[in-house]
Amino acid sequence: MPDNVLHLADVTMQFGGVVAVNNLSLEVNRGEIVALIGPNGAGKTTAFNVATGVYAPTNGRVSFNGETIVSNFPQGKMKKMYAGENRGKYTDVVRKTPDVITKLGIARTFQNIRLFKNLTVFENVLIAKHMNMKAGLFLSTCMINYKEEREMRRQSTELLEIVGLAELRSEISGSLPYGQQRRLEIARALATEPSLLLLDEPAAGMNPQETNDLTSFIYQLRDDFHLTIFMIEHHMNLVMEISDRIYVLDFGKLIAAGTPSEVQNNQRVIDAYLGVAEDGE
Amino acid sequence: MMSMKPRTKHILSIALAAAVIAMLLYLDSNKAQYSYSIAILERSAIYAVVAVSMNLLTGFTGLFSLGQAGFMAIGAYTVGILTIPVEARPNVYYINGIAEPLANVNLPFWAALILGGLMAALVGGLIGIPVLRLKSDYLAIATLGFSEIIRALIAAPQLDRITNGSYGLKSIPAFSSILQVFGIAALCILIMILVINSSYGRAFKAIREDETAAEAMGINLFKHKSMSFVISCFFTGISGGLLAVFMRSIDSKTFQVNLTYDILLIVVLGGLGSITGSVLASFLMTAGREWLRFFDVPLVIGGFSVPLFRNGFRMVIFSLILMAVVLYYRKGLMGNKEFSWDGILRFFYRIAGRLRRKTPGNGGEANA
Amino acid sequence: MTLSVFLQHCLTGISLGGAYALIAIGYTMVYGILRLINFAHGDIFMMAGYFMIFAMVSFPWYVAIPLVLIATVLLGVFIERAAYKPLRNAPRMSIMISAIGVSYLLQNLATYLFTALPRGYPTIPILKKIFQIGPLSASLVTFITPVLTLALVYLLVFLINHSKVGMAMRAVSRDFETAQLMGIKINRVITITFAIGSLLAAVGSILYFTDRMAVFPFSGALPGLKCFVAAVLGGIGSIPGAMVGGFILGLGETALVALGYSTFSDAFTFVLLILMLLIRPTGLFGEKVTDKV
Repeated sequence: MPDNVLHLADVTMQFGGVVAVNNLSLEVNRGEIVALIGPNGAGKTTAFNVATGVYAPTNGRVSFNGETIVSNFPQGKMKKMYAGENRGKYTDVVRKTPDVITKLGIARTFQNIRLFKNLTVFENVLIAKHMNMKAGLFLSTCMINYKEEREMRRQSTELLEIVGLAELRSEISGSLPYGQQRRLEIARALATEPSLLLLDEPAAGMNPQETNDLTSFIYQLRDDFHLTIFMIEHHMNLVMEISDRIYVLDFGKLIAAGTPSEVQNNQRVIDAYLGVAEDGE
Repeated sequence: MMSMKPRTKHILSIALAAAVIAMLLYLDSNKAQYSYSIAILERSAIYAVVAVSMNLLTGFTGLFSLGQAGFMAIGAYTVGILTIPVEARPNVYYINGIAEPLANVNLPFWAALILGGLMAALVGGLIGIPVLRLKSDYLAIATLGFSEIIRALIAAPQLDRITNGSYGLKSIPAFSSILQVFGIAALCILIMILVINSSYGRAFKAIREDETAAEAMGINLFKHKSMSFVISCFFTGISGGLLAVFMRSIDSKTFQVNLTYDILLIVVLGGLGSITGSVLASFLMTAGREWLRFFDVPLVIGGFSVPLFRNGFRMVIFSLILMAVVLYYRKGLMGNKEFSWDGILRFFYRIAGRLRRKTPGNGGEANA
Repeated sequence: MTLSVFLQHCLTGISLGGAYALIAIGYTMVYGILRLINFAHGDIFMMAGYFMIFAMVSFPWYVAIPLVLIATVLLGVFIERAAYKPLRNAPRMSIMISAIGVSYLLQNLATYLFTALPRGYPTIPILKKIFQIGPLSASLVTFITPVLTLALVYLLVFLINHSKVGMAMRAVSRDFETAQLMGIKINRVITITFAIGSLLAAVGSILYFTDRMAVFPFSGALPGLKCFVAAVLGGIGSIPGAMVGGFILGLGETALVALGYSTFSDAFTFVLLILMLLIRPTGLFGEKVTDKV
């Protein structure tokens, strides 16, 4: 039996009358690179936001390394409005906040880059080290924990060297070119020492050369940091090359899952997604 | 990029500090002669503490609180009530008398000051934490309303035997010297600088920049926001205590909303997110208030009475300055940068560069 | 407390609440559209008080009232143009500071122009006429305030739900940028919002000050804060909510005064705010909004 890291079970996310994610179940196993694809508005980012605790799902459960991190069932106004399935299957409410989930070992990047724009590259990474700090406010203010601080700085520098941003450490992060901002966001996520990394469209806005670099970069991340990677991506070349398995989402519903070749040959996927994409391009 | 050697910078910094201390010592030894300047400088130093504490919250954490006057009032009354000499009390509370348990409690100044800060922090926690858990939008309104309530409570007849109601407190022992004020102010500001430069300070800045991203980096928003708020309240309380000792007599009217607005003006003028900016602006604003006093006096030039100049005009000018800074000069004096010798150097080079460009047209007079 | 005394207090409370409601609507509409706590709104209300004093010097009340309404609307729209419009793309904190700046300016300007001493509010003879209904007696203004408030709120809600401008307002408050992309003239919508808010504040000011009888430069500050709280209680962005919030505050405050706790009648407002934020942060009629990530 494969070693299950992330497990979404019957996750439904309904905003008012709109069902953004409909009864989604998926698994990500240790050491895998899994992609979540689908047309725009299929609910991919929403699924990420549920998994990281940004949104509470309307129904369903998310577990990480076997521990339930998010669980909910239709309540209040949603009791009447709920349009999804599996009503009544879940009866407990677990709502870990995003910071707690990050501490458990899930790190993420954002579709629309969310760096701390007015701070330097180095500070961006250093901030992510804050959560593992042992010293309290008092020790930290009096600089009694200087050893710990020095260690945080050393690790951050090291991380910047690995992602190739060491020379830019004193630049204001908002002034970096797009591709480097994406890299910095990944470095910042790595600084939280995750075991599972969620990447939300890491190749968006990159040129073919940068996309190629990204492929080897993602492999490098998985191997060097012993990561499991779950990503949303639109670049089909990248997805097909890099993924061990692919989930396809359309109108919030899972329409296919499997290896890249299985998904590529799935008629429903071609109808819903690839066919349309080819027409468009 | 121009820069100096680190050693030059150290020497300059030490020289500056020495010059300030020498000036303070000189003023202190000639108290009678310079009492007016000393008063302005002391008030500036006290305002610098509260301005930096407001900046810690607003400029560094991105939270907007308008309760400064209220928290200062808490600190001021705590210090006032606890330090007025026991023998002077019957004179102060001559109308209603003083509550029994307080009658003989007298604390040394420093203990009362710290207690004042702690009281402000405690009350701040009680009022701010429920609001911070939710939308921080409402923090401004909740704290502003709260500071008015504090004022109403202080003046309330029910609390006459503690706060002396609308008669206020007087005979608060004064500072021993101007060095004491500057020492305490410098210490408070130093602590806040250390907080901002610590890992927690970086977390505050992350929250200011992007709450969602900060949370995704494992930063507990509520915990860090409360931390910043309570620290800010503590130092606001301290500055209130200092203000009480500085003024020697206080009442509820000392802590009107206008006091908060003055502090806000200082912070905005100095630059949101710049500590040195806040300090600089405190001195500039406090001195400026005195310089601009002539606006409040009817002005007669050669038998012709200039219109507009009369009581209240100065405050109109002040509010116009605030508006102008917000609308046209949003960065304030320092933006979010800090004072540095390199910055000074660049500044002078820039001016020199400009003069040089002008020189040919001016006939070379600037060459000297 | 006899029944008639009780009813008398209720009447006073409802009347005060009506004036609060009219001011609260200005806050709720501006917040709904610009996400701005318009700190200057209370001071616009105060200025309307002064306008009335000066208008009544030279005109009879039926000329003075329209003049005051027009002047207040112009003031509100002018403030928006001068102090908020240039900051449309600035961080929200800057706009909020600008609003405080305007409030500070108006208070200082009023102190400078009219001195800090309270000025007597002119009596509008018709509003002051004493009416007697059963055991209750009060001036007409006390009876007219809640009725007028209800009528104006009804009219406003009708306008927002059934007119083109109203539709534009709803669109802008849902999503500022998308509304702009759909060709809605944002600035026009905002101007109209400020005009309506100021108009209602002017009406509220006439009703409020007729009962209070004096205006001074800070008489807008605390009522302004309270009305914002009323808007939050009702659910910010909701007009009927602001009205209900206003009535709750008015009644609660009057009740405390009647029971002899007048010192705490102001504190009551903010305790209510904090309780509401704890129990139901979206207010009575507010909708939950999910921030998009």
